[in-house]
Amino acid sequence: MIIDILSWILLMAGGILGIIGGIGIYRFPDFYSRLHAAGITDTLCALLILLGLGLQAGWGIASFKLALIFIFLLFTCPTASHALANAALHSGLKPKLGKDAARLNHD
Amino acid sequence: MKSFSFAALLFLFWISLSGYFEPLLLGLGLASVALTVFLSKRMNVIDCESYPLHLSSKFPNFFVYLFREIIKANIDVVACILGWRGASISPQLVKIPQLQKTDLGTVIYANTITLTPGTVSIELSEKTITIHALTKEAADELATGSMSNEISKRIFEK
Repeated sequence: MIIDILSWILLMAGGILGIIGGIGIYRFPDFYSRLHAAGITDTLCALLILLGLGLQAGWGIASFKLALIFIFLLFTCPTASHALANAALHSGLKPKLGKDAARLNHD
Repeated sequence: MKSFSFAALLFLFWISLSGYFEPLLLGLGLASVALTVFLSKRMNVIDCESYPLHLSSKFPNFFVYLFREIIKANIDVVACILGWRGASISPQLVKIPQLQKTDLGTVIYANTITLTPGTVSIELSEKTITIHALTKEAADELATGSMSNEISKRIFEK
């Protein structure tokens, strides 16, 4: 019973974070800042949902596999974000910078 | 020695994924493990970098730090998205010094930067990392190099 409640709290929190990540992707001004919003769904949202599912599954092969999924996510998500950002910078997409940003003579 | 522990780990991994203990299936698992070890030996990919067994005892400590950073950064970015307490974004593109000595350390550092929402590592070179940060505070915090120090301290020091 307690485990059920706990897992539902985790699942709900993960779902809400996913929605917030979606709102962020919609609200942020350019490609690079949208990557940060997608980072929320990559990390904490995935962690909370997988934890909630793991509590439902109990100790066993299923929860072990869920943990493995999370570890794979931890390795692949930053690599994919980095590849996307790097490709965007190299193909000449300029980030919109804030007013107090130091100008970098990169391009 | 290294390939022997690699085979043992792979077989353990195979068992924990399959969960079957019939002789036929165990034999098939052994055969696939043997093939994998043979291929990786031929490709020469079992070394300190792709198979960092000597660091595995350090990882729990590092993961504690990583999760704390991820949760802190997530709260910051959520505040920016929802505009809590007047939090607003001011994206930054900065170059920060890269102090890790090994390639593995550099990759761990860059991936940790990208994993914490609010900062993405865009370009990597020998001495510097170019990062894109969502707020000035996040960029300033990375520029102090405290994350790099934590990684060196938690993973590479005895």
